[in-house]
Amino acid sequence: MSTSTETVEQLATREYKYGFETTVEADTFEPGINEDVVRRLSAIKGEPEWMLEFRLKSYRAWLQMTEPTWHNLKIKPTDYQGISYYSAPKKKPELASMDEVDPEVRKTFEKLGIPLQEQMLLAGVAVDAVFDSVSVATTFRAKLAELGIIFCSFSEAVKDYPELVKKYIGSVVPYTDNFYATLNSAVFSDGSFVYVPKGVRCPMELSTYFRINAKNTGQFERTLIVADEGSFVSYLEGCTAPMRDENQLHAAVVELIALDNATIKYSTIQNWYPGDKDGKGGIYNFVTKRGRAMTGSKITWTQVETGSAITWKYPSCILQGDRSIGEFYSVATTNNYQQADTGTKMIHLGKHTRSTIVSKGISAGRGQNTYRGAVKIGKNATGARNYSQCDSLLIGDRCGAHTFPYLEVKNTSAKVEHEASTSKIGEDQIFYCRQRGISTEDAVNMIVSGFCKEVFRELPMEFAVEAQKLLSISLEGSVG
Amino acid sequence: MLLEIKDLRVKAEGKEILKGLSLSVGMGQVHAIMGPNGSGKSTLARALSGHPGYEVTSGDVRYDGQDLLAMAPEERACAGVFMAFQYPVEIPGVNNSYFLKAALNAKRKSKGQPELDAVEFMQLIKQRAKLLEMDQAMLSRSVNEGFSGGEKKRNEIFQMAVLEPRLAILDETDSGLDIDAMKIVANGVNALRAKDRAMVVVTHYQRLLNYIVPDVVHVLTDGRIVRTGGKELALELEEKGYGWLESAPAGARA
Repeated sequence: MSTSTETVEQLATREYKYGFETTVEADTFEPGINEDVVRRLSAIKGEPEWMLEFRLKSYRAWLQMTEPTWHNLKIKPTDYQGISYYSAPKKKPELASMDEVDPEVRKTFEKLGIPLQEQMLLAGVAVDAVFDSVSVATTFRAKLAELGIIFCSFSEAVKDYPELVKKYIGSVVPYTDNFYATLNSAVFSDGSFVYVPKGVRCPMELSTYFRINAKNTGQFERTLIVADEGSFVSYLEGCTAPMRDENQLHAAVVELIALDNATIKYSTIQNWYPGDKDGKGGIYNFVTKRGRAMTGSKITWTQVETGSAITWKYPSCILQGDRSIGEFYSVATTNNYQQADTGTKMIHLGKHTRSTIVSKGISAGRGQNTYRGAVKIGKNATGARNYSQCDSLLIGDRCGAHTFPYLEVKNTSAKVEHEASTSKIGEDQIFYCRQRGISTEDAVNMIVSGFCKEVFRELPMEFAVEAQKLLSISLEGSVG
Repeated sequence: MLLEIKDLRVKAEGKEILKGLSLSVGMGQVHAIMGPNGSGKSTLARALSGHPGYEVTSGDVRYDGQDLLAMAPEERACAGVFMAFQYPVEIPGVNNSYFLKAALNAKRKSKGQPELDAVEFMQLIKQRAKLLEMDQAMLSRSVNEGFSGGEKKRNEIFQMAVLEPRLAILDETDSGLDIDAMKIVANGVNALRAKDRAMVVVTHYQRLLNYIVPDVVHVLTDGRIVRTGGKELALELEEKGYGWLESAPAGARA
């Protein structure tokens, strides 16, 4: 089993060789941040004045802020003057065919069951011959455009749909929200923008397209999704293939707006490089994700977090409209020296608002997994209901699981339920499986999948299958 | 002989439990192992199935001529050794029939047989579920989760019926069963008696043996077999208890 762990680690290391070995390019900013850097960044992107203003006021607010320390994480301080805040999209060195890709990398792709065309994209193989990503993207776009759905990069949206961006940016995550979100507001690199018009049901998962197009969005990603009245959209972020990046700090912001009777499903698979088995390297992933749900609307966050050295992430819902619904389904795994402090906030403002939280934390090796969730019931939220369930699974005895539920109820008619459990993958369970002929590794996978079932079934089918495989790879070598 | 145990010594938590146990089980036979609490009955069952908590310090076990002790638990299982657990383990979220399919296919794979597809598998388990009078709903519940004591034991024998072992070890399958549940379990076990299968039935009480009539009865005390006889030995024990055997001469060993 240790061999397969090595495989994954080797993969991560080797992929660096193929994907990110870049010398300093002419259009990369010198490290450091100041007002001038923010202005130059905005200018290079050709942004309108209002966008620059948003960045500048964010930057000034950020100067007054300090990094949060309330979390349950051990973080080495980040040198914010040591980061370059702009880098032109890089070209990966292209390989002529899949045969040139490291066999270990290919093996992992196969394990994950990633389609060949995507494998090529991820490995940096020239794809024009087999798979014209641009034309596929164009086809998708045309289909979406027929329905009036806008799906483009954030930078394009700023230029092409300024009135929408201007109206909604910072409307859910204000530029003063928190240290990382404020920094993002000042220097965000790129990301995605989605608008689904009234009554339109987006006919496809916005995923394949995203995977193709959202390469090199940089370390300060910004996503804005607006679902107009009565519309529906399902958005998939991330992918299961291991992702490396030379930037240690990632501070993304995602804002969702579900107008009356709209539904947004936002699913994430996060598999950033977690660092080596001794805890060296690895991505710090500090994300602010929040949605605003208007009358009768619904926002569902589903996440499978297996990567990053440190994950700090609380996808939340502001249930502003009456009868709005917020859901959060999460699987977070930590292995080796990984740390995760994740959870959600459900803020009930409207009457008869409902929220469901299902959090599954899996810790292995020396991993530390913290669930932090807040449920707030405002004084006008008559008849609000919340159900929270936080389960932790420990593999081995050097890892840890922690649960911090916060509760604030200002309306006496509210019903709030919280259930929590911590269990260990018992030797008894593993032995039981082995006595039936099932290997230890398969037994662990089976037990873990069973544990995560309630979350996996919220994921779109194809994503769920990948997530399950990913989970087994990330826990490889954790038992026995 | 399907199973030949010679002078087996086993430690659990640093304490020697089996102190030179020898036993032979022929193909097609049903052997009962009886004995007072703490005599080592369950230790024998677990050591034979390869439980990591039991350390074999010396002795030899041949299963169909192979060195059983050198095999990993899953290898033993794939080779046809099945243990019905005294305390079946719960696996939340894992569907009972999914679990069984994984087990069956692991076994088939080890023999170079193709995996059963979903349809073939469903046919098989539906047929075997009838044998144990199992409700179909139990098949789609999580493995043993929320099962009553009786349901768990029945589920063990059901798994045995599906996996069709060559050597089945039943560890106190009767404990915690009321008389009706015990009859169902015993009927299931009896239906699985076959000339190409041997069973070792570990029990504290004679009453199970009224329903599963053994070919051979062994009495285990203080880590050794102290008496071996026919099914009437079980009745004798029922009448006299175990006390009279504790000082039995060594020559009475099997």
